[in-house]
Amino acid sequence: MPRLDRDLIGTVLEPIVAEVEKGEIRQFADAIGATDPIHTDPEAARAAGYLNLAAPPTLVFCLTQRNSEPTERLVRLGFDVAKLLHGEQHFEYFHPVCAGDTITLSTRIEDIYEKKGGLLEFMVQKTDAVNQDGKLCATMTAVVVQRHG
Amino acid sequence: MNAADLRVGDAIPELTIDRVSRQTLALYAGASGDHNPIHIDTDFTREAGVGDVFAHGMLVMAWLGRALTGIAPQSALRSWGVRFASITQVGAQIRCTGTVTEKFEQDGEPRLRLDIAATDEHGDVKLKGEAVVAVG
Repeated sequence: MPRLDRDLIGTVLEPIVAEVEKGEIRQFADAIGATDPIHTDPEAARAAGYLNLAAPPTLVFCLTQRNSEPTERLVRLGFDVAKLLHGEQHFEYFHPVCAGDTITLSTRIEDIYEKKGGLLEFMVQKTDAVNQDGKLCATMTAVVVQRHG
Repeated sequence: MNAADLRVGDAIPELTIDRVSRQTLALYAGASGDHNPIHIDTDFTREAGVGDVFAHGMLVMAWLGRALTGIAPQSALRSWGVRFASITQVGAQIRCTGTVTEKFEQDGEPRLRLDIAATDEHGDVKLKGEAVVAVG
């Protein structure tokens, strides 16, 4: 019944490199209705202590999917994407992500387990987002759920 | 609203979002890079037997984030996380709420811990989780 290979636990996926642009921060802020000028006005961002436009808190998660083919990656890991759920998402922040940054996203498969007699399988993925200066900006933990049946 | 004035048990100002529209989902698909057709293509969802498109969970999480940055600057957000409890339908009106559960000190700074949630107009919980915000 289980379809996810337990040997994947501990695997580090190929890193994704994202160049963060002013335009994408403005577009993202607009799409989520965030009106704080730190996302749209470089002067306001600098006045608030940022080097450039600040990415809203969840944009760092989206950098992976904006700069890769996330579905293909999930298929390669063995998922049936038609029966996939995002179970949980967690963020921890250490340093801001701003326009002009180059962020390297490295994902490690922390755990794979099942519940309900194997009807649900869970994969825990932990991603570090590190900027061009080697500073850890954020860590993200995602729980991805595979439904069976 | 100053987060430093909040006490355990206090609610943060509620954030009510405009009803979820297909246009909102299309704009978020483009901005987030999540092009999964289940959120934007009704032909696909009908074919797949799931009825209508529904909102990206991460869009609702982004709205919840706005409720948090409403009480403190974004730079004060230390950590947060949610469990995605149920899907958010087109037409849903999402309310983002939070309640202070703890005041504590860590790494030499005062912090608040909050229970946070996004619910629809029927009171159905969509996202539920916790956040830690630095104050003062």
